[in-house]
Amino acid sequence: MRPIELILVAAALQACSGLPGLLGTGPSRWGERTAAAMFALAAALGMLGVLLPADGTDTPLSASWGLPGGDLAVAIDPVSRAFLLPVLLIPALGAVYGLGYWRQADHPTNGRKLRVFYGLMPAAMTVVVLAQNGIVFLMAWEVMAIAGFFLVSTEDDQRASREAAWVYFIAAHLGTLCLFGMFAVLHSAAGSFDFDAIAASRMAPPLTTAAFLLGLMGFGIKAGLMPLHVWLPGAHANAPSHVSAVLSGVMLKMGIYGLVRMTSLLPAPPTWWGGALLALGAVSAILGLVFAMAQHDLKRLLAYSSIENVGVITIGLGLALLGRSTGNPAWAVLGLGGAILHVWNHSLFKPLLFFGAGSILHGAGTRQIDHLGGLSRRMPRTAGLFLVGCVAICALPPLNGFASELLIYLGLLGTLDGQGGLPSAAAVVPVLALAGGLAAVAFAKLFGTAFLGEPRTETARHAHESPLAMILPMSVLAALCVAVGAFAAVLAPLLDRAIAGWWSAVGTQVPSVVEVSPLRWLPLTSAAIFLVSGVAIVALRRAMRTTAIRPGTWDCGYAEPSPRMQYTGSSFSQFAGSLFSWALLPRVDAPRIRGLFPPTGRFRSEVPDAVLDRMVLPSARLATHFLRWARVLQRGKIQIYMLYVLLTVLALFVSTFVL
Amino acid sequence: MIDTAVQVVLLLVMPPLLLGVITKTKAAIAGRVGAPLLQPYHDIIKLLRKGSVLSRTTTWVFLAGPAVTCAAVLLAGLLVPMGGQPAPIRFAGDLILFAYLLALGRFFTTIAALDTGSSFEGMGAAREVTFACLAEPALFFGLLALARLTEGLSLSAFFGPGVASAWVDAAPSMVLVLAGLFIVLLAENSRIPFDDPNTHLELTMIHEVMVLDHGGPALGTVLYGAAVKLFVLSSLVARLAVPMETGQPLLRWPVFIASVLMVAVVIGLVESTMARLRLLHVPNLLVGACLLTGFGFILLLGSPR
Repeated sequence: MRPIELILVAAALQACSGLPGLLGTGPSRWGERTAAAMFALAAALGMLGVLLPADGTDTPLSASWGLPGGDLAVAIDPVSRAFLLPVLLIPALGAVYGLGYWRQADHPTNGRKLRVFYGLMPAAMTVVVLAQNGIVFLMAWEVMAIAGFFLVSTEDDQRASREAAWVYFIAAHLGTLCLFGMFAVLHSAAGSFDFDAIAASRMAPPLTTAAFLLGLMGFGIKAGLMPLHVWLPGAHANAPSHVSAVLSGVMLKMGIYGLVRMTSLLPAPPTWWGGALLALGAVSAILGLVFAMAQHDLKRLLAYSSIENVGVITIGLGLALLGRSTGNPAWAVLGLGGAILHVWNHSLFKPLLFFGAGSILHGAGTRQIDHLGGLSRRMPRTAGLFLVGCVAICALPPLNGFASELLIYLGLLGTLDGQGGLPSAAAVVPVLALAGGLAAVAFAKLFGTAFLGEPRTETARHAHESPLAMILPMSVLAALCVAVGAFAAVLAPLLDRAIAGWWSAVGTQVPSVVEVSPLRWLPLTSAAIFLVSGVAIVALRRAMRTTAIRPGTWDCGYAEPSPRMQYTGSSFSQFAGSLFSWALLPRVDAPRIRGLFPPTGRFRSEVPDAVLDRMVLPSARLATHFLRWARVLQRGKIQIYMLYVLLTVLALFVSTFVL
Repeated sequence: MIDTAVQVVLLLVMPPLLLGVITKTKAAIAGRVGAPLLQPYHDIIKLLRKGSVLSRTTTWVFLAGPAVTCAAVLLAGLLVPMGGQPAPIRFAGDLILFAYLLALGRFFTTIAALDTGSSFEGMGAAREVTFACLAEPALFFGLLALARLTEGLSLSAFFGPGVASAWVDAAPSMVLVLAGLFIVLLAENSRIPFDDPNTHLELTMIHEVMVLDHGGPALGTVLYGAAVKLFVLSSLVARLAVPMETGQPLLRWPVFIASVLMVAVVIGLVESTMARLRLLHVPNLLVGACLLTGFGFILLLGSPR
C-alpha cells in the first residue's frame, strides 16, 4: 500500500473507533476496548505510512466529488508527515488511558458520546494535515472544531463544562470565519482553492498581506496565541483529562500547522511577518507562564503553559520566516527545525502532564493544587512520571524540551551575525530566558505542592495510585521524552525534509539540521547528566544509610505543626506573581484585621483571564445590551435559519447579475 | 590534554578555597584573624563523615536535590573555558546548556526544599525561583553582548582570546557587561546584598533556608555544590576582568588561579562594606543588572560585528 493509503485507512479506523461501542448496552467493556484497539491499529498503520520512505509515490490522491471549488485532493508531503506523528500517537495513548480513566461502568451516560467524538477529532485532524485543497481543508477543520465542542462538553451536566464549551465554540467559529476569508482572498488571487495552484500563482502584496493577517487570526485562535487564547484555559480545564491531552498536545498544533502551511504557500514574506510572529510568540511565552503560575487549578495551570509552548513554537516560526525574507537558510533551518521539534516535544510532555493531572483527579478527587500534598507517597509511579514531564517542560537538560529550545536559541543568536542585519531579533533571547525562569516557578509550584510535603486535606491523604491502563501511556511518553532528549538527531531527516519542503525556493541549498546545530552532542551531554547525577544520588544514599532517626521536619521549636501550615502553591507563586501584578490584576478578597482579637475572616483570591474576563465578556455583555433589537431575527427555529440561508444565497445570486 | 586535566582537577578541588578567601577577606576588613583558609574543606569532610537525620516527610527527592545540583554544576564547569584555554566540552550553543544546567540544579534544590513540607524552606524556594527569573535575562543579555563582540557561539569563544580585543573595541559595553554579570554572580550564589550566607537557620532568606533540613553528607554535598557554582561563575567573571594572554603555558594557570581568587576577594570586600538588601528591594537590583547588560548589548547594535 502507498503511504497515503495507509494513513487514510488509519484515519478511517480512528473515525469509526467509537461506533462499535454504540451497539452495546450496559456496562460491558468491549466497546471501549475495541475503540482502544482500533486506535492502536490506526497508530501502527499510520506510523508505518509516515515513516515509509517517500519514493516518488507521494502523488496526490484526488477524486472529483461534484462540489464547487475543486477536487477532493489529499496528499502527504514532508510537512504533513511531520505533523502527522502527534496526530497518530497521542490519541491512541489517550484511548488506552481512557480505559482506566473514563470507564464505561463509571460514566454510563457520556462514555459512548465521548468515544464517538474522540475518534472523530483525530480523524478530522489527519485529513486537515493531508488536505491539498481549501475546501477539503475547511471541511475537515470544521469537523475537528465541532468534535472538539462535544468533547469539551462531555460533562454537560456541569455548568463550568457547558460555559467552557460555548466559549470554545464561538472562538472556534470566529477562527473558521477568518479562514473562510483567507481562502476567499487566496482564491481571488489564484483562481482556485488547490494548494498547488495557490503556490504557483505569483500573488502581490495587498492580497498576500490580507491573507497573512486573516490566516494569523484564524490559526492563531486555534493555536491559542495570546491574546487570541480566550477559549483555551476553560476548555482544557473542563474536558476529561485524556481529551485535554489531545486538545493541548495535538489540536493546538493544527493552528501551528496552518501557519506553517500558509506561510509556505505565500511568496516573498516581508520581514514584518517574521517580526510579528516573534512579537506574538514572545508575548504568549511570557504571559502564558505568568498566568500559569498564578492558577489554583491544576489543569488550568497546564492549559496556560500550553500558551507558552505555542509561543515558543511561534518564535521559531517567526525566525524561519525572517530567514526566508532575508535569504538566510540557516535561520530557517534552526527556526522551523526548532519549531517542529518543539511541536513534537510538547505533544509528548504536555499529554504526559495532563495524564498525570488526570491521575491526580482520579486518585485524589480534586483539581485544586492547594488541597493536595504528599501524593508522591501514595502515588509513587504517577509522581515519578509527572516529575519527568515537569523537567521536560521547563526545557531542562537532559530531556526533550531542551533539545528544541536549544535550536531556537541558537537560531536567534545566529541573527547577531552581520549577514542579514537583523540583530534586534536576538533580543528575544532574554525573553526566552525569562520564560525559562517562569516555567521553573510554575512547575516547581505544581510538583512541589501536589506531590511533596504532607497531605493538606483528607482526600489527599487517602489518594490511591492509578491502574496500569493509565500508568502505561504515561510511561511511554516519559520514555519518549528521555529518548528524544538524547537522540533528537535521529529525527533530523524528518525535520530536514519538512524544512526543505517549506523553504521550497529553487536554487538555494538548505543545510541539514545536524550540520548547523549541536544535536549530535546531546547523547553525550544526556549520558553525562544521567551518569553523574545517578552516581551522586547512589553515593549520597549510601552515605546516608546509617540514618536511624526519622523525626518530623524541623519546625523551629513549635510543637504542634499541622499540614495546613505548609507553604501553599499560592504562596509559592505569590512573590514571582507580584512582579507581574500589572498583567495579572488578581482579584483579592481579604478581611480587614482590626483590634487585638479580630473575628474569623475569609481570604479569597483568583486571577481572572486578562482577555476573556476583562475584555471579551464585558464587551459581549455591552453588545448584547445594545443589540436587543436584533433578537427579533432570532426565533430559535431551525426552519427560520434555513430560510435566512436561502435568502442570503438568493441575494448573492441576484447581486452577481446586477453588478 | 594536560590543560583539560588541570581544569578538571581545579574544578574538583579549588571551589571551597574561594569560600575560605571570602571569609578571610571579611575577617581582615573587620580586624579579626578569621578562620583558616582551608576551613571549608574541613567542614565539608567533617559533614560527609557525620551521621544524619531525615525528616519523616521527605522522599527520595530530598536526597536527589543536593546530588543532582552538585552533578549539574560540575558538568557546567566543564563547559567553561578556564586559564584562557578552550573548555573540555565546547560546541556552538553550549552557553544555553550552561545556563540550563544551572537551572536544572536550581529546580532540584527547590523541589528538595519543598519535599520537607516546611514553610521556611517553601519561602526560600519561592525566593530562589523568583530571583532566578530576573537573573537569567541579565545573564543572557550579557552573553548576547559577548556574542556580538567575539567570533563563534560558544562560551569558549565568548571568554576566549577575543575578550582582550573586545575591551579595546568596546570598553563601555564591556564595563556594563562585567558589572551586570558580577551582580548575577552575587545573586546566583546568594551572597550579600542578596542573601547573607553567614546567618543561619530561619534568619537567612534564600539559599541557606532551602537546605535547613539537610544534614550530614547531604549538607556537605550542598555546600560543595554551592562552592563549585561560585567557582564556575567566578571564573567567567575573572576572565572578563583579566583577559590576559600570557603566551606562556606555565604562566597560564597561575594567572587564572590568581584572577579567580581576586574575584573572591572582591566578593569579600562587597560583603564587608554592604548590608543585606531588604527582600522587596532585591528584584530592583536584579532588574538593574538586566538593564546594565541590556545597555551593554544595545550599545553594540549600531556597530557592525
